[in-house]
Amino acid sequence: MMKRKLAFAIPIVAALLLAAAYLGLVAAPTEATMGPVQRIFYYHVPSAWTAFVLFLANFIASVVYLVNRSRRADAAAVAAAEVGIVFCTVVLLTGPIWARPVWGIWWTWDARLTTTLILWLIYVSYLMLRRYSTSGQTPLLAAALAVFGFIDVPIVYLSIRYFRTQHPQPVVAGGAGSGIDPIMLKALLVNWLAFLALAAVVAAARYRLEELLALRAEQDEPSPGAPLDQLNSSRIAS
Amino acid sequence: MKFLVAAYIVTWLVHFAYFGRLVRGYRRVRAELKDIER
Repeated sequence: MMKRKLAFAIPIVAALLLAAAYLGLVAAPTEATMGPVQRIFYYHVPSAWTAFVLFLANFIASVVYLVNRSRRADAAAVAAAEVGIVFCTVVLLTGPIWARPVWGIWWTWDARLTTTLILWLIYVSYLMLRRYSTSGQTPLLAAALAVFGFIDVPIVYLSIRYFRTQHPQPVVAGGAGSGIDPIMLKALLVNWLAFLALAAVVAAARYRLEELLALRAEQDEPSPGAPLDQLNSSRIAS
Repeated sequence: MKFLVAAYIVTWLVHFAYFGRLVRGYRRVRAELKDIER
């Protein structure tokens, strides 16, 4: 079933990504001051927005888990956090590659960059907690961490609106004086749509993997009538 | 231009590294599930 859905979704996502790449790298006009390097914007910004959406999904799934202890919500939270980190990693790597030729430096500890790095560290710690904690309460602890960790998302979003930063001011929804060329805006939005579609497919695949891991863990559990040796070896292994 | 190319390559390297990790995870779990079924 999953294979059939992927076979249907992958060509659509690939077509969207190709169209988005064409718009961002070819069709959009070259920015007058920065030149071609400004085109990094078409995958840096959509990657950041996609990471925000995924962290929001992680927050919602974590709240659902805290309310009803749903294993599906827990699996959805892990999938969203992991794929969110992938997109956040892209943001943290492409940002400095853009900054070096434009600012003359790779990194500066301004509000936007620092809060984004903290955001990445929060979700990495979330995954490390899930990976290495041996407590039976791990999903509960992780869900609580996710709820508090999400506080950083609006801080990152608002950091360039409320603080004076080296990072450029918002060009979309930035109030009076903000805005970009309509073709640039179209390229930006199509790139975001393509990255959202990619994120949805990858997160669905990661969710399915989490289901398979749960199934394996269930099958690993010895039945109540199992021989004592099997029970002991299973306890030692866990 | 080289920075644009570098950013593009880095973006897709990160995504493909993650796809690879997912595929390895699937293969491992499916093999383990088959072993348990036997």
